[in-house]
This record gives sequence, C-alpha cells and structure tokens, in this order.
Amino acid sequence: MFWVTPPVGGVMVDLGEYAVVMRGIDKRFPGVHALDHVDFYLRKGEIKALIGENGAGKSTLIKILTGAYSHDEGEIIVYGKHIEKMTPIISEQLGISAVYQNLVLARHLTVAENIFLGKEPVNRMGIIDKRELFAKTREVLKRIGYESMVSPRAVVGDLTVAQQGMIAIARALVRGANIIIFDEPTAVLTAREVDELFDVIRSLRDSGISIIYISHRLEEIFEICDNALVLKDGKVVGERKVSETSIDELVTMMVGREVKKSFYMPDKKKGEEVLRVENVTSDRLKGCSLSLKGGEIVGIYGLVGAGRTELARAIFGADKVDSGKVYIRGKVANIKSPSSAIKRGIGLIPEDRRNQGLALKLSVKHNINLALYPQISRGGFINLKTERNVAAQFVKALSIRTPSLAQIVQNLSGGNQQKVVIAKWLATKARVFLMDEPTNGVDVGAKEEIYELMNQLAKEGAGVLFISSYMPELMGICDRILVMKEGRIVDNVPREEFNEERLLSSAIKI
Amino acid sequence: MAEPSSNKGLSRINTQTILMLVVVALWVFIALNSKYFLTLSNIQNIMRQMAIQGILAVGMVVIIITAGIDLSVGSVVALVNIVLSQMLVKGMPIWLAVVLSLLISTAVGLINGIVIFDFGVPAFIATLGMMTIARGITLLLSGGSNVFGLPKSIADFASSNFLGIPALFWFLIVTVVIIELMLRVTKFGRYTYAMGSNPEAARLSGVNLRLITYGVYTLGGFLWGVGGILETSRLWMGVPTTGLGYELDAIAAAVLGGASLFGAEGNAIGAFFGTLVMITIYNGSVLLNINPFWQRVIVGMIVIATVAVDQIRKKRK
Repeated sequence: MFWVTPPVGGVMVDLGEYAVVMRGIDKRFPGVHALDHVDFYLRKGEIKALIGENGAGKSTLIKILTGAYSHDEGEIIVYGKHIEKMTPIISEQLGISAVYQNLVLARHLTVAENIFLGKEPVNRMGIIDKRELFAKTREVLKRIGYESMVSPRAVVGDLTVAQQGMIAIARALVRGANIIIFDEPTAVLTAREVDELFDVIRSLRDSGISIIYISHRLEEIFEICDNALVLKDGKVVGERKVSETSIDELVTMMVGREVKKSFYMPDKKKGEEVLRVENVTSDRLKGCSLSLKGGEIVGIYGLVGAGRTELARAIFGADKVDSGKVYIRGKVANIKSPSSAIKRGIGLIPEDRRNQGLALKLSVKHNINLALYPQISRGGFINLKTERNVAAQFVKALSIRTPSLAQIVQNLSGGNQQKVVIAKWLATKARVFLMDEPTNGVDVGAKEEIYELMNQLAKEGAGVLFISSYMPELMGICDRILVMKEGRIVDNVPREEFNEERLLSSAIKI
Repeated sequence: MAEPSSNKGLSRINTQTILMLVVVALWVFIALNSKYFLTLSNIQNIMRQMAIQGILAVGMVVIIITAGIDLSVGSVVALVNIVLSQMLVKGMPIWLAVVLSLLISTAVGLINGIVIFDFGVPAFIATLGMMTIARGITLLLSGGSNVFGLPKSIADFASSNFLGIPALFWFLIVTVVIIELMLRVTKFGRYTYAMGSNPEAARLSGVNLRLITYGVYTLGGFLWGVGGILETSRLWMGVPTTGLGYELDAIAAAVLGGASLFGAEGNAIGAFFGTLVMITIYNGSVLLNINPFWQRVIVGMIVIATVAVDQIRKKRK
C-alpha cells in the first residue's frame, strides 16, 4: 500500500499520532517564495527524511519549526497543541532540538560541562556538584550507547567531529528533546562513524523520539529513514515510503528530471605525466608517491584522517614537508609555498571552502582573480579591465548564479561558491587540480556540473586529483583510485577493478 | 564597478551616506548658531585640525582592513616630535632631520609587523607594547621636558597656505588619494582586503601574508612619522606628552568611515569623512561655547551609534 499523505484542511486527522503537524506553511522573503503552502507531518517515533536541492526550502521549514523564522501563513501543531507563534524558547520547551552540521559546542569545556551547560546539577550551596555532573553525564552517554567511547572529563576540542556530534545529541537529550532534527550529520564522518551514528538514531527512535533527517546522501536515507518528503522550489513534490521507492525516483523528484549516475568519460586522451610525487614525508605522511598524467582523473579514497588532505596540502606547499620530491611535467619542482605551486600551474580546491577556499567578504570578481593578480598587474597596478573580463568570462563559462560581479561571495549558494573557487584556478590556467571534497555541501544539480567540469578539464589535458570520502562519486568518474591509510598510499585500483569492498577493505584493513 | 567599496553592498553605502548627512546637518546647525563657523579662516582652521588626525586615520584604516590594529600611533607621533625637535635644535638641516624622522617611524612600523607576523604576537598586544616603549624612549630622550628653540620656518609652514588651502591639509589630500588608489587598483590593496577576510584562503591563493603584514604596519609607521612631523610644525616645539589618545581617535575615525575591526571593510575616503565628523564636533562645540569636556562624550556616542545602526541593518538583511 502507498503511504497516503494526510489530507489537508477540512478533514480531521488524528492529531494524537503526530509529533508535529505543519499545515499550509507559507513564507516569503523579498523576491523569493521560500515555502509555498507546505504540509509536513511527523509521526511519533518516525524518522522522516527531508530532501531537496539547496534552496528547495528545507532549512526554511526547519527554521520555522525551531522558531528562528516566523511563518507568514499556516498552522503548527506540536503534540496536539496549536502554536500561535513559534519562538526559539517555545520550541525548546516543546522538546524540539536541532543538531547542526557545524556544531555549537564550547570547545574549551569538558564533555560533561557541554552536555549540562546551563543545566548543571548544583548542591545546596549553589555550587556545581561535580560528582553528580559526571554521574549524570555517564548516564546520558549510556542512553545513546556511547559511555565507553568518550570520557565525561575529556575536553570537547580534543574530540573527533563524530564524537562531538554525539555530545550534541546527548546535550539535546538532557534538555528533554523528543523531536530531534539532524542537518547533514554525516557530511564529515567516516563510514564506521556513520554506522555508529545510525545505531544511536535508531535507539532514539525506539525510545519514542521523532526524528527529522536532512541529508544530500540519499543512500543514507534508505538505511535509516522510514519516509521521505521531497521539496523543490519551496513546494512539496511528494512523500514516499522509503521501502517503496528508489534513489532514482527520489532524485528525479528532487531535480525534476533524470540524473546521470556515471560521468566517466572513457575517450580522454592521456598525455604526459603532469605531476609526480616521490616519497613525500611529513608528520602526517609516511612516504607517499604517485603519478598523474594529463587527461587523467585520479581519485584518492580513505577514511577521514588517512592523510588525503595533508597530501594535497603538501603537494601545494601549504604545509611543511620533511622530505620527498615533487615533479611537475618531468621537472623537479621545489615548492615551498602556495605561491610557488601556483606559478607551476597547480590549483588547490580545499576541503573547507568557507575557511580556506574563499575570502567570503570579497566580491565574486575579486575571489575569481585572487590567484591571478601577479599575472594581471604591472608595477603593482592591476589591469582592471582584464580583471573584470576574466571574472565575467568564468561567471559565464561555469554559469555561476550571481546578480553581479560585485556580489559578495558570502551571499552565494554553496554550489556557486564552489564554482567560484574552481574558477579561481581555471583563471590561472592551472594544469594540475587538487580537489579536496569538491562536492561537499553542494546540491545534486551543482554536483553534476562539477563532475562535468572535471571531465572538461581532463579533456583539455589537465590532471585532476579528486579526494573524496564518498565512494560512488569516485567510482563514477575516476580513471583510477588511490587508497590512503594512515599517511600511506596503500592501493592503486584501476577502473576495471573498481568495487566498494576492495576500496573499503584497503582503507581499513590492518 | 570594481572598487573595494562595492564589497559592502547597499547597506554599507547607506551608512556612509548617513554619515555625510550627519556632517551636513552638523554644519548647517553650527552655521546657524555661529556666524564665525563658515568664515574662510575657520574653514582653514578645520582643515589644519583635520590634517594630522586624518592622516593617522587613513593609516589606521589600512591596518584595520587586514583585521589588525596599531595602538602605537600616539607614542610614535611623540617620538618623532621629540627626535625631530632635538635634531633641529642642534642645527641639523631640515630635510635631513625629516628624512631621519621618517626612517625611525617607518622602522618602528616594520618592527611591529615582524613581531606580529613572525612571533605571532596578537597585533593588539604587540602594538600596546610598542606604544609603551616608544613613549618611554620619548621621555628618556627629552628628560620629560619640552624642547624649545626650533627654527621659525617650521612654525611658518604650519600656518602657510597653498592655493588658499592650508599646507597641512594638502598632505592629507595627497595621503587620501594615494591610499585610496592603492586600496582600489593595486595588487597590494586587493591582498589587504583578502587577508582581512580570510588569511588562510589568501595564503592558499598565493598571497604572501608576511609581506602584507610588514607592508601595512610599515606604511602605518611611515604615516605616523608624517603625522609627527606635521605635529612638530604645529607645536613649534617638542612635547614629550603629545599624541596621547591619537590612536583611539584614528580608530574612531576609521570605524565612523565604515571600517570593520573584523577586517576586509573600510577605505581611505571613509576615514577622511570620519575625521571630518569628529573635527566638526570639536570645532563646533568651541564656537558654540559648549563645555569642551562634552566633546568627547558626543564623539563617543556618535561612534557607537554609527556602528550600532550598521549592525542592525546587517542583521535585518
């Protein structure tokens, strides 16, 4: 039987079954109809996926539920109670809690202090009762099956991102959360950490907590969610029971058309070697060697912490290297700084776009030209006409959606921001592209464009090193995949031998 | 178009427009209440008062754009004032004394840059230390007393006009034009904003952060030197306690003109108008017989109000 969307308006639904009912929610921002009469129903103990491309309205809907935004029209009913005006305070009182992608934890405080921040158990003197604090912390960690994994006394800043995520969940539980929203919780987790997280989410569900799960990784939705609500352009496209749909169907609903899975282009002309790395060693790398030809897209797979980012940064001269050699087009390149790497035609698209890739407060034009200024200035003076033309050319070529070249990059969507980073290296005519998780936080449509762009670069003779934690995307486009583990390159898998088991076992086997 | 000011978007331009309106309103108000305000001699007076503070504010804005700060301004002005006075009293040729003074102040700026970049000392602390050191050296050199006996030509320069505009003010005009051009059309200018927005992204785009840091603090030191020389001309003596609080006036003027202490925002013209607002208030309150102690209260309130208005706009956006 198909899952039937509860009827809208007029017909009564049994409110007792639902944790959240949002009906006819409408929200407009200047120039944007962010939500167009959206209906959203969350049953008690349900894990509901909320999916859609960037800008589809997911975050707006969540922000209305958590009281960060107010809605223009529609009604919100939480546990049978009509809420006239949702505010962050009411939302928290109702037990609605969001665990965000960039976590809001106090990095210098301990696990226990973070979990009980503002709710510390105190003794009669009004002083924090440390023993009680640690005992209660252990209790709540046990509830999510995490008590053996992390000490209540550990300082949060020293924990892994995955562990911090668990702390955030524990924190929500302590605050009496019974509706938890997960916004891209797995973006930076390894496969094993994702499994742990899913175990926790399932146990939360089994204890009656309702969950809203937002992710760009659709495979996860099939693993963890009961139902998926698809949004597009602020409207509900439809809802599917996960057991009765497929990734293809969901993607088609999200994008409104069929999406290609494989972007592999077999007929690229492999040219000469553009990059060779020999025995590069640093405190995080233990003798890495690789070779990259023009026209080749080589993937680098590995768990978080395997040294992939460090390898890219070492090649680019961003971090200190103890020993090893880098050859560019057969010549030894003594790369001591990013600027000498850039001069030799290397471009780095860093993993953390907002903190490393872009000067967010600067315009599209200045960001695109940022690495190009030495080439377009004379005596320190910039050729303003060239600067403008270059920016205009790449905004057009990469169809970067921006109202003007003077637009501040901060105001662009994730996908368009990433295209600005890529445009920066296209502008310098780089021949070696080091792309570190270039599709992170980018929607399906923009992902496709990035893959196409990688193919285009390879076709024009550039070499691409493509670092990703997401196996399907590597397998969908690479000529070969290198696997890294603990600072070493442990496997080199040609396209004919691609399979997930092989990659994963190379990445984790002892 | 291309200029850095476009980085700020509409709301920013509006804030600066508001500042302009504040200036106009102040001028109209003061002019209506004081016949003397719009006379040539008072306007020239305003220009003279603006010159030194304006130059310091322009130097400060460049540093603030990189998300830095320099608190040594007032002390370096005093150091140059004393050193220059002593050299002149000993009969050194004026040009040589001026060049040596500039070398000293520029070196102080470079040292600030080195301490900040290579030793990783936060700019606030590094320049706080330099502020104390420079003031201490000034007092040591002068023994704490004023230096008299400077050539008359020095004082004449401060009161001279060129094309009807005070000579001192020409220095400000030239400084504003050069620095504004530097910020808008040179590689160094772009890198300054980029570093202020995100130093790591700038570094990974090939920007040499060391050079930019040295550059902005050295440029600052040079301009503090220029300020010190003009100060000497105005005072016609060496005063070891001069320049107290100049750094705060410079920061206030820069911020009034749209600079953000978080970096990547601000420009030289803004700093110029920020200075104009402050000097108008000082000048006007004297003419209107307002207790001079109120001047500081009013300026402080305007600084806070401008930034508050700006923040509210940003939030609403």
